Amino acid sequence: MVKITVDGKVLEVDESKNLLEEILSQGEDLPYFCWHPSMGSVGSCRQCAVIEYANDEDERGRLNMACMTAPREGARYSIEKAAKFRAQAIESIMINHPHDCPVCEEGGECHLQDMTVMSGHNYRRYDGKKKTHTNQYLGPFIGHEMNRCITCYRCVRFYKDYAGGTDFGPQASHDNTYFGRWQEGPLESEFSGNLAEVCPTGVFTDKPFSKHYVRKWDLQTAPSLCAGCSVGCNTNPGERYGTLRRVVNRFNDEVNGYFLCDRGRFGTGYVNSDERITVSMTRSAHDAAPHLASTDEARSQLQAMAANSIGIGSPRASLEANFALRELVGAENFYAGISTNELAMSRQILDIYRSRPVNIANIKDIEASDAVLILGEDVTNTAARLALALRQSVRNLGKKMARDMKFPEWQDAAIRQLTMDRKSPLYILSAHATRLDDIAARVKIGTAANSARLGFAIAHEIDSSAPAVNGLSADEKELVTTIASALKEASQPLIISGTGAMSQALIAAAANIATALNGADKKANLALVSAEANSMGLALLMESSDNSLDQAMASNAKAAIVLENDLYRRAPASSVDSFINGLDQLAVLDSLKTRTGEQANLVLAAGTFAETSGTFVNYEVRAQHYYSVFKPVDTIRSSAFWLSDKKLSELTQGCADSISGGAGIATLTPGEGFSVSGMKVPRQQHRYSGRTAMRANINVHEPKQEQDEEGILTYSMEGVSALKDATVFNTAWAGGWNSNQSVFKFQSHTGAALKQATKGHCLVENSVSEKTWSEVTDAEKVTGDFEVFPLYHLFGSEELTANTEAIKAKATSAYIAINEADASKLGLQASDGVSVEHNGAVPYIIRSSIAPGTVGIPVGLKGLNFRDLPAAISLQKATDWATPSEWHAANIIVSDKTSVNAENGGEA
Amino acid sequence: MATDKPLTKNIEIGRAPFNFKQYEAAGGYESVRKVVTMAPGDVVNLVKDAGLGGRGGAGFNTGLKWSFVPAPDGGPRYLVINGDEMEPGTFKDRLLIEHDPHLLIEGMITTCFALQAQTGYIFLRGEYTVCEERLLSAISEAYENGMLGRNILGSGFDLDIYLHTSAGRYICGEETALINALEGKRANPRAKPPFPQVSGLWGRPTVVNNVETICNIPGIVANGVEWYQGLGLGDFVGTRMSGVSGRVKNPGCWEVPVGITFRQLLEDYAGGMQDGYELKAFLPGGGSTDFLMPEHLDLPMDPGAVQKAGSRLGTSLIMVLDDKTCPVGCIRNLIKFFAHESCGWCTPCRDGLPWTEHMLNKLEEGTGSMKDIEILQEMTTYMGPGNTFCALAPGAAEPLQSGLKYFRDEFEAHVKHGCSYNKH
Amino acid sequence: MNNLIASTAIKARQLTEEEIHEIEHEKTHYPYTQAVGLEALKIVQKYQGWVSDESLLAVSEYLDIAPDELEGVATFFNMIFRRPVGKNVILLCDSVACWMLGCDNLKEHISNTLGVDYGETTKDGLFTLIPVPCLGACDKAPVMMVGRETYTHLSTNKIDQIIAHIRDESPVELDN
Repeated sequence: MVKITVDGKVLEVDESKNLLEEILSQGEDLPYFCWHPSMGSVGSCRQCAVIEYANDEDERGRLNMACMTAPREGARYSIEKAAKFRAQAIESIMINHPHDCPVCEEGGECHLQDMTVMSGHNYRRYDGKKKTHTNQYLGPFIGHEMNRCITCYRCVRFYKDYAGGTDFGPQASHDNTYFGRWQEGPLESEFSGNLAEVCPTGVFTDKPFSKHYVRKWDLQTAPSLCAGCSVGCNTNPGERYGTLRRVVNRFNDEVNGYFLCDRGRFGTGYVNSDERITVSMTRSAHDAAPHLASTDEARSQLQAMAANSIGIGSPRASLEANFALRELVGAENFYAGISTNELAMSRQILDIYRSRPVNIANIKDIEASDAVLILGEDVTNTAARLALALRQSVRNLGKKMARDMKFPEWQDAAIRQLTMDRKSPLYILSAHATRLDDIAARVKIGTAANSARLGFAIAHEIDSSAPAVNGLSADEKELVTTIASALKEASQPLIISGTGAMSQALIAAAANIATALNGADKKANLALVSAEANSMGLALLMESSDNSLDQAMASNAKAAIVLENDLYRRAPASSVDSFINGLDQLAVLDSLKTRTGEQANLVLAAGTFAETSGTFVNYEVRAQHYYSVFKPVDTIRSSAFWLSDKKLSELTQGCADSISGGAGIATLTPGEGFSVSGMKVPRQQHRYSGRTAMRANINVHEPKQEQDEEGILTYSMEGVSALKDATVFNTAWAGGWNSNQSVFKFQSHTGAALKQATKGHCLVENSVSEKTWSEVTDAEKVTGDFEVFPLYHLFGSEELTANTEAIKAKATSAYIAINEADASKLGLQASDGVSVEHNGAVPYIIRSSIAPGTVGIPVGLKGLNFRDLPAAISLQKATDWATPSEWHAANIIVSDKTSVNAENGGEA
Repeated sequence: MATDKPLTKNIEIGRAPFNFKQYEAAGGYESVRKVVTMAPGDVVNLVKDAGLGGRGGAGFNTGLKWSFVPAPDGGPRYLVINGDEMEPGTFKDRLLIEHDPHLLIEGMITTCFALQAQTGYIFLRGEYTVCEERLLSAISEAYENGMLGRNILGSGFDLDIYLHTSAGRYICGEETALINALEGKRANPRAKPPFPQVSGLWGRPTVVNNVETICNIPGIVANGVEWYQGLGLGDFVGTRMSGVSGRVKNPGCWEVPVGITFRQLLEDYAGGMQDGYELKAFLPGGGSTDFLMPEHLDLPMDPGAVQKAGSRLGTSLIMVLDDKTCPVGCIRNLIKFFAHESCGWCTPCRDGLPWTEHMLNKLEEGTGSMKDIEILQEMTTYMGPGNTFCALAPGAAEPLQSGLKYFRDEFEAHVKHGCSYNKH
Repeated sequence: MNNLIASTAIKARQLTEEEIHEIEHEKTHYPYTQAVGLEALKIVQKYQGWVSDESLLAVSEYLDIAPDELEGVATFFNMIFRRPVGKNVILLCDSVACWMLGCDNLKEHISNTLGVDYGETTKDGLFTLIPVPCLGACDKAPVMMVGRETYTHLSTNKIDQIIAHIRDESPVELDN
């Protein structure tokens, strides 16, 4: 730390940071555009100018960009004295900017507006013609309005430098510089949506939001969570007129930082979908006519059948809802709603986190890792936010080089230049090429069983007390030694695996490697990705129970209550059919219509994440609370409400009490007694418009404000929003800072943790030092022509988000992926389909990375149920086959060479 | 006796440049024979002591620049020759390369030895097609004669030289932008620090020197500091390429002792103004230098002296503004050039220059206002040194600010009547 | 690089043997492929006159550099043509020394003679007129280049002769 003087004020600042972030961290205002806390400084926009004085005598000083200045001990700076230059800079930045704020989606939360006001520019003296540009179609997610561009280069620095995208960039030069694709078309990056938040003005906008746009101040918002995968990114969804309008990032330094993936940002449209169950229905038998059930009726019917029912829980339902169901039917009758293997894997992860000497890795740990091994998990498609963090991890070698040469870490461009293509080692063992291959030192293609075998061998190579593997080839030995030594040499090695490959052996191997790396002064980072938003929460409830879905279906139960779960996505259809046929009563609580729900005789309309509150437990076993954003129509209730008479907080407490190590679950909210200046926190902004008018077509009397079940937030404008207090952080907003950039006002230090706010609570506190090992398991021999491995699609594989229009536009129906030699063996020609043993026909693509004799089959895509398939299948050229209408080969974005016949591949 | 024209001794306009044999016969490659017997650090010190200032325009001590290169670490190091001559009014490097390409090659070999750099690139303006052909042939002759390649003159020193022709951007004259262009990237300048000597081409230690600068090296190494310093007039050091363009009787570029006055260059070398034209003002060293006036003609052509008069010697090629040419139009032409050549990286340059151009257009067309002149004045400080990412916009502001100083009445006259000069 | 199946209707052109030969030669000059990208665009332009989408994609595939990367570079530099140009590209210097000696008049003369403005190509495809910054021959102003040739001390007469010689493909022999 050094002492500096800024306009006479003595500040103590961190000399390893740049002056801009230090000034902001002290709560001062200093305008900027190109700098970003996650992306460092490049000094292009010239907006954060300050005067730096050489010494005490220096009266004139020299103008410097704060973002490019390392604070010097004893130095004197002035923000004030550079005001004129900043005003000039903003004025020239604005000469081509259109006067379209009233019709611009950024208006009201525009960093450019804020900085323009802050810099004191309000009257344009430039009287020439403005530059104009042609806009591009960038796909279903991102709108493009280049005329608004102020050329701060943030978009490319995020898209290319930070997120590794290659299909977007700067073009032309001088005041004609353009940011776009070389040919228009959908952006390929899984993180493209962040452009809307990174862009300081309205060049890149959230396209689905634009379709039902409202101003930021007219959105009702609450702190929420993404339910799209097991990372649990923090979000601030916004609602107006009963529809969920958009999702923006909510900063959490340990979970998602500043960024979301496109599934999380654009995948929530299903909340407004026609496929929603909006009323509860009942019928006396499967084949009887259904009729509407009132809330009381539905609830009492459910209660009535509960005594003789089994309950089937869900990894996508909240902890409280699962818990309420377990209470309702009794623990012995509560089943996990996932297959035996999946339940075992979730519990295996819990066990590893608890019993092995490892550090459970959050994104900060991942970003700080200097050697990485990914074992069989296609992170980009199953836990995308982690893939973005991994892209930062490989920069650690460069950062170290920079440190050695005394370059400050914020000198982003200089460090990239110094580093060139040198990266910290990252190794991938996978059944197919993945979207992280471009940053990988080595990629080894192999089945999960083989990757596990190599993983066990790596563990043994690192620590010979780990069980050994026999029969490695020379090549395999070389690979094992290389990876083992890279991990051993690293100061913060990271092992990533997960349930994606559906292999317990793989997870066990990952655990052994992480364990082996444990040394006197270091713990390896370990991240085991789980399948869904609350897979780990469900596992916590199942710690002393082996009740899986397979067992539920074998239980001979006559009545079942299914919580937010489409059993057909979890088990072979034939098994589910016979299970349901054997039931007298089936109650389904869900938000969307499903095949399971269609067969129920009691359907209860359940709220989505946006309409309910509860707890999800992420891949790190971090419990996080999400608040309902808005009240849905009265007939939609939370599953917890349907299942229990208890208040949500009581259920949460129940979870905390019954889960081993779960006490933290009850500390995630400030509790009912919380108030700011004696008032609750409003979900609506003070500027929220039209409250008295918005229902005037229905009734001129303003209805009573909806009551909040938790008593922390209100569905109202009344109250005191968290202006400096991020305890309940429902939107980033501060005086003079209307855009998301205002988040720094809530941070303990620019870019660091939020003050006051909960980061969630990790339920596993690992202080293990003793090493234990998983035994090497021999892979079961599979019989069949082609060994099946799962493929995941960020857009389409997740059940709920797949029902969103924007996601559908980026998804495809099912297909198979095989090697070229196998395709020709099967005699596949243009527009042929492939018959999958007993499972109909689907299109195929050829992928160069796929090993002969293996076939990749996507999980969760329409047209083929992965769970219907055995471990190996036979394939045949389909006869009498037509390309499915939802087949969009262009939406399959992979990193290896692919080919697909034009007739076979439909247009996106 | 050593020559007093080390840069142009082999040059005879109208005859083909010396080939390797002729060049060697004229005493060429002497410095290479000498340098390989020296300690690299001594060569750096020698050049530092000689006081050779960079000839690209900034004038920084060449040896000092070299001395910032860290000690060898086994990895590659580079010398890059900035032959992207594109400063308006500048035509000296073309002359040197077209007429004596071996001098540059010799200078590069000697310099690379001093820097222990094993690769040299010549970044040449793409439009210099004759230079390109002659350099390629000189390089291949140097390889054939053992001056390039492995184990040069049995010294154990290896060197490869490659020619890169630019795809055309003024900004490539900025050394870090040039490095980006050489790497095949958009030629935006890089932040300094880190300086290229520490992290330059592909993140490795790199020295970027101007063609003329490096052409001075063979003489300095072969003949020593004393000889070099004796070339200048009085206390001034060395010779430099200086020239004149505009309405003079004999425009051209010559090697002159440092220290001669502008008047000497203009009258003794360039033959004075053409008949019927008066000298109104002149740009002393390229389009990005401040105007000087006839009263400055007796200043010595030395960076320090010119700076005191409020301008820069720049490339030392003066452009004469005559009395029949509109100074506002002249400045507009320059600003238009700079606005177009702005790389688009930083705001004052990218957006300030087009706005400036717009106001100058208005003045020329007679639609300008006093307010525009006020804003133009403001622009000169807004785009000034330190405010921008590199020196392009501050350079562009120089003729404008001095134009406003010396020709304010003409600017104001434009407000009322537009341009009253004859169109060229 | 990421492949997007059937993402674009544009198909890479087959690079010619000469082009490949020269690109391979350039590869030996640089330790990183990215540097060769810009060289390859220049090589392609040398043979094709300009860099078409098909050529850009061909370079992209040959060197495994994303087309967006190449486009960013191609559109940055003045002398990479991303639109077709005439057989002869006239680069007329419009910088200050030439301006003082009358290049504006010459531009008007060329435009009137050929019927093209800056950036345009004659209907017969013979000429494209482009302004160029200072050609470094200010002592011989006004100047222009046609193809790889530089012409100095220009006058309207001299320009007429140059154009005539190029039109009938006879060598231009002028006193420079």
